[in-house]
Amino acid sequence: MSMTTSVAPSLPIQSRGAPPGAGALAWMKENLFANWLSTAVTLVLGYVIVRVVVALVAWAVIGAVWSVPYSATGVPDTSVCMNAKGTGACWAVIADKYRLILFGRYPYAEQWRPALAVLIFIGLYVVSAMRRFWRKDLPLIWIAALTVVGVLMWGGVFGLSPVTDDYWGGLPITLILATFGLAFAFPLAILIALGRRSTQLPAVRMLCVVFVELIRGVPLISVLFMASVMFPLFMPEGVSIDKLLRAQIAVILFSAAYLAEVVRGGLQALPRGQHEAADALGLSYWKKTGFIILPQALRLVIPPLVNTFIGFFKDTSLVLIVGLFDLLTMGKVALSDPPWQSFSTEVYLALGVVYIAFCFAMSRYSRGLERELGASQRH
Amino acid sequence: MGKAAITLDKVNKWYGPLHVLRDISLTVHEQERVVVCGPSGSGKSTMIRCINRLEMHQAGHIYVEGTELTDDTRALDTIRREVGMVFQSFNLFPHLTILENCTLAPIWVRKMPKAQAEELAMTYLERVKIPEQAKKYPGQLSGGQQQRVAIARALCMQPKVMLFDEPTSALDPEMIKEVLDTMIELAGSGMTMVCVTHEMGFAREVAHRVVFMDRGEIVESGPPKQIFEDPQTDRLKLFLSQILRGH
Repeated sequence: MSMTTSVAPSLPIQSRGAPPGAGALAWMKENLFANWLSTAVTLVLGYVIVRVVVALVAWAVIGAVWSVPYSATGVPDTSVCMNAKGTGACWAVIADKYRLILFGRYPYAEQWRPALAVLIFIGLYVVSAMRRFWRKDLPLIWIAALTVVGVLMWGGVFGLSPVTDDYWGGLPITLILATFGLAFAFPLAILIALGRRSTQLPAVRMLCVVFVELIRGVPLISVLFMASVMFPLFMPEGVSIDKLLRAQIAVILFSAAYLAEVVRGGLQALPRGQHEAADALGLSYWKKTGFIILPQALRLVIPPLVNTFIGFFKDTSLVLIVGLFDLLTMGKVALSDPPWQSFSTEVYLALGVVYIAFCFAMSRYSRGLERELGASQRH
Repeated sequence: MGKAAITLDKVNKWYGPLHVLRDISLTVHEQERVVVCGPSGSGKSTMIRCINRLEMHQAGHIYVEGTELTDDTRALDTIRREVGMVFQSFNLFPHLTILENCTLAPIWVRKMPKAQAEELAMTYLERVKIPEQAKKYPGQLSGGQQQRVAIARALCMQPKVMLFDEPTSALDPEMIKEVLDTMIELAGSGMTMVCVTHEMGFAREVAHRVVFMDRGEIVESGPPKQIFEDPQTDRLKLFLSQILRGH
């Protein structure tokens, strides 16, 4: 009860506002060594951190093996790595396998194409993240970029040799599943959320409720399995839908159900007065939704939206069970090569860095966006 | 008095078993200004909200500018275009600037070109005396300023009728006057107004007619002088004594 009253006066406002550098010592004294308990915690944690960092640097940098000799037939001699095991990391496995991990079994000489596709994806994310590109032609940029990605990956035109998607793998698969997945799932989710709140159309509402509850009630793995194993059984003879497309549709439907619930939360949080004011002005349902309701509702749910995005980015790795080779699966494939079999730590650490890079970027961006959008409308 | 702008004919409404409007019959003529008063829970807000169908009536008929309010959405669109509404809680759109709040409906409902809509919006913002706030967001304005923007926003649709649902009830006392002044100025321009309010001074000054409601029915109605100085029913006498004691 008196937490705030007892703590608040002890916060020296002057020292917190002091300029950096001059106040570094003061800051440390204030935040790390304020009393004996704080000092003890600081010392213990400091010791642990130093030990971990030292050990990590020793293993990952100082004792690390960066390359290994190859025999005349191209077989790597990993005995150096074997000897260093426990004391140094074997980054040679990454040096040897990074192209397999990143691009899968895509023809080696053509791997500039998936590499370019990945760069286009990243460029697309960056452009979409900048608010000055939030204009009517942003969807056109997306269509153009995704078309170029498709042409690059499939080939068959402009002198590019055709490569079927059985040979795709690695990072492009992960980015394709995540990007197309969210690009289609998000609008679908908005429609489902709106449908679920519809009072005029009970049939539509029921349909949306059933869809969401059904999809949320089963694990993603079983949806993927359904899409890849069961679905072809229902198709007429001779009609087959591509495996990647089937997994993609499963990811879209699955993430749409989850995103719909997030969006619905935002819709519910809006005061009724906003609906009434828009109605009273004579705005039609879609204009009201587009101009008044969604801009505010989506703003409210940026943090849980990004949380779901990040979750699905990582969940794309589950497509391995239907025989698609995403980034994580390619790491496994690389490790099945006999000379490298015992260096899974290094491979998974490297994969972790790639996943973290994407997820951390998403989370930082969402925080910035929240701040920026929040600043324009102080309530 | 001109022809009828709003006609309510034996309007009834229930919330479940609760009978909130009982046989309400009321005609508001063009350019007439009607103040509706009554204790809370008397159904006055529900009645005014039925006029642009924010609430649905279950029996009886409502005509606005000669069009009957039914399930027909086209009729509803026509009526909402002609009826402006000001809410107790302002209900400005917080993610849009003041100017955008005012131009949204003219541009998308009236199909007015943007430049013309902005010009119109500035005219009305000047009329409610806050043109300098046009680029700000609602959250940066005081309650009184927000309510004046809400009035300007409704006027930008150039409605034939304005409905006010307790426009000063959510305001701090020192801001009530600026909003009432705006409404008095609007009354002077000959706008048809229906206003639910407890501001008896305002009712005396601008109303042609005061309607007193209690328990879902219209108990008394007449010129302000008659209502305030010669109440006929005990319910109105009680209400007036409570209102006056409160002031």
